[in-house]
Amino acid sequence: MEKKKKRLVIRTIILAVLVFAIGYTVYGTATKDKVELLAVGSKAPDFTLVDLNGEKHKLSDYKGQGVFLNFWGTWCKPCEKEMPAMDRQYKVFKDQGVQTLAVNIAQTDFEVQNFVDRYELTFPVVIDKTKSVQTAYNVGNLPATLLIDPDGKVAKIITGEMTEAKIASYMELVKPK
Amino acid sequence: MENIICACGHSNPYGTKLCEKCGRPLTEEGKQTKVVDMRYDGTAIRSKTYNATIVDKIWNFFSSVKVGIALIIITLVAASIGTILPQAIYVNAPEPSKAEYYEKVYGVLGKLYNNLGLSNLYNTWWFQILVGMLAISIIVASLDRGLPLHKSLKNQRVKRHESFMKRQRIIAEGQVSNADETLDKVEKKMSELKYNVRRDGSALLAERGRFARYGPYINHVGLIIFLTGVMLRLVPGFYVDETIWIREGETRAIPGMDGYFIKNNKFILETHGEKQQGGEASQGVNVMAKNYQTDITLYKQPEGALPGDSDNLEKLRDYSIRVNHPLKENGFALYQMNYRLNELRQMNFNLVNKASEESQGQIKIDLTNPKKEYDLGNGSSVQILVYTPDFSGFENGEPQTKTSIPNNPAFLFRMKTPETPKGEVSFVEIRKPPLEPLGENKYRMKFAGAEMRNSSNFTIRKDSTIPILFVGGVIFMIGVVIGSYWNHRRLWLQVDPDGRVLMAAHVNKNMFSMKKDLDTVTTFAGLPPYRDQLDKPEDDNKSAKPGTKEKEGDNTL
Repeated sequence: MEKKKKRLVIRTIILAVLVFAIGYTVYGTATKDKVELLAVGSKAPDFTLVDLNGEKHKLSDYKGQGVFLNFWGTWCKPCEKEMPAMDRQYKVFKDQGVQTLAVNIAQTDFEVQNFVDRYELTFPVVIDKTKSVQTAYNVGNLPATLLIDPDGKVAKIITGEMTEAKIASYMELVKPK
Repeated sequence: MENIICACGHSNPYGTKLCEKCGRPLTEEGKQTKVVDMRYDGTAIRSKTYNATIVDKIWNFFSSVKVGIALIIITLVAASIGTILPQAIYVNAPEPSKAEYYEKVYGVLGKLYNNLGLSNLYNTWWFQILVGMLAISIIVASLDRGLPLHKSLKNQRVKRHESFMKRQRIIAEGQVSNADETLDKVEKKMSELKYNVRRDGSALLAERGRFARYGPYINHVGLIIFLTGVMLRLVPGFYVDETIWIREGETRAIPGMDGYFIKNNKFILETHGEKQQGGEASQGVNVMAKNYQTDITLYKQPEGALPGDSDNLEKLRDYSIRVNHPLKENGFALYQMNYRLNELRQMNFNLVNKASEESQGQIKIDLTNPKKEYDLGNGSSVQILVYTPDFSGFENGEPQTKTSIPNNPAFLFRMKTPETPKGEVSFVEIRKPPLEPLGENKYRMKFAGAEMRNSSNFTIRKDSTIPILFVGGVIFMIGVVIGSYWNHRRLWLQVDPDGRVLMAAHVNKNMFSMKKDLDTVTTFAGLPPYRDQLDKPEDDNKSAKPGTKEKEGDNTL
């Protein structure tokens, strides 16, 4: 009886391991191309970038505050459309502990400054000259927005354009309690 | 299920064909045949033993050799169908429209082919499950057969029952004058022939090349290691396959290689002569390229530096990446894959008086870093109001850009001269006459040449599974070689004190080699001549039925 039980356990373990391996392979292949480097709930990789005024912005310096992290480019139409709404909401939430940081992907200072001036943006805009932050965050299509909670964890990832109401609700989401 | 008690008193597990202890046949079929089936040495295949729970049923399904062979055939057929039409990665169409490509080029069948996943076979779920099931089959079937076989070979007794010996293919019976002398002589000769000889009273067992029986199992272990290696490619960190475009003069973070940066110093394209060869020209091939090369500098961030912090990059080395000469670093390799020539990097304009064509000076606009204002020093200056790298038209009076790449640069200038101190506004698009939105100007920006730069495309690869695949492949081959070129030979001899001799021999393949050894030992020790029980169909035709006889061919398991 003892032997039979042992045999059953061993067979079950072997089959389970093999089935798990097959399942992992099939699942891994199916999600290979759309894998998000960052998962909701994981720690947002720290980075440091310089804004148009020469000031350094380090993500971990905003610990204790929520961060609305937006990746954009001047050529990207939806990015352009949501910028003024982001700026309005930035003004509402900045005193409630939600920072906004816009990361431009490797464009020239001239183009970015011109864009900022045109829309009179007041939140800090940094330029990822070497695309290393884009790589670390695995950002593909623009715009991409990450909401980082006061503990430095990713609370939400949004790809594509956002309405002003959505932007407000997202900022509310990561507001420190 | 009950154990089988042999006549010798030994209790054998259910399904055993030959008694583990004395070798007597235990099945009715075994008792009736002239030559017993020595596969797995007559041990019970484990799966046949128990069939109680659902786990056992699944186990038994995979343990079946028939199921294994069926899986191999299905996999082979699927893989061969996968070669009929080109696989998707080799199809010359952009990623989103590959599905349409199959329908357009190959019709309804092509569509079906693509929908069934045959166009990307190795990444199709059902093919992966098929290979996975094959792996389960290999593991389960090997465990079920290999372990009992190993146990049986390890615990072999020297003395076997007559009924076992008489049912071997090779037997000899007769009389010798001196029992002990015969046994001694056989032992001596067989030892000389590199057999392992054991004696137990009047019985002798000589054995050689037992490890040959393990060949197929070693082979299976190699196969499983190989499949594991292939699977590990999906585990993060084991396999990296990224791509990067980088222009001359740019420094970029290398995707997949945290903390590494690469700077493109120069791209070089060398060709064989300037002229096209006759054949190439007729085939539409351009001048033959001799060398594609990118001179790069590799940088690394200091320990603990954050992404985005490229202030204190540490230079590792300069290198020229050429085709077949990748940059290798820390298990990664960067390959030269593609290039793009002549992207605008700098544009020069002269500020000229439209009437007199007289130049007030030249400005050089670095497109990677345009300035707001260029002072010409003689009271004239040019301001850039708007710069669009890839101009695509106006929207609400604002010039728009399609991309961030300077494919079609356009500028909105304000030109100031002592003659026009308030400034005139002009919109200049490459290869188009300037627009003057605020009325007729006296001055214009005249294009005065450009500087180009090239881009290189690299693939970044890392494959930590290669050593695993290599080890798996080597073990696989070792198993094949052991199973193919060695054979397991055994000789059982029993000489009673009165001189009666019974000898039997078994080999799992290559009977010829066994017979050669037998001839030697028979002559040397004066044993009675042996006979091959499968050789004499005229003796009794009844027992030589097909199916009951041991196959001459591969019987290695």
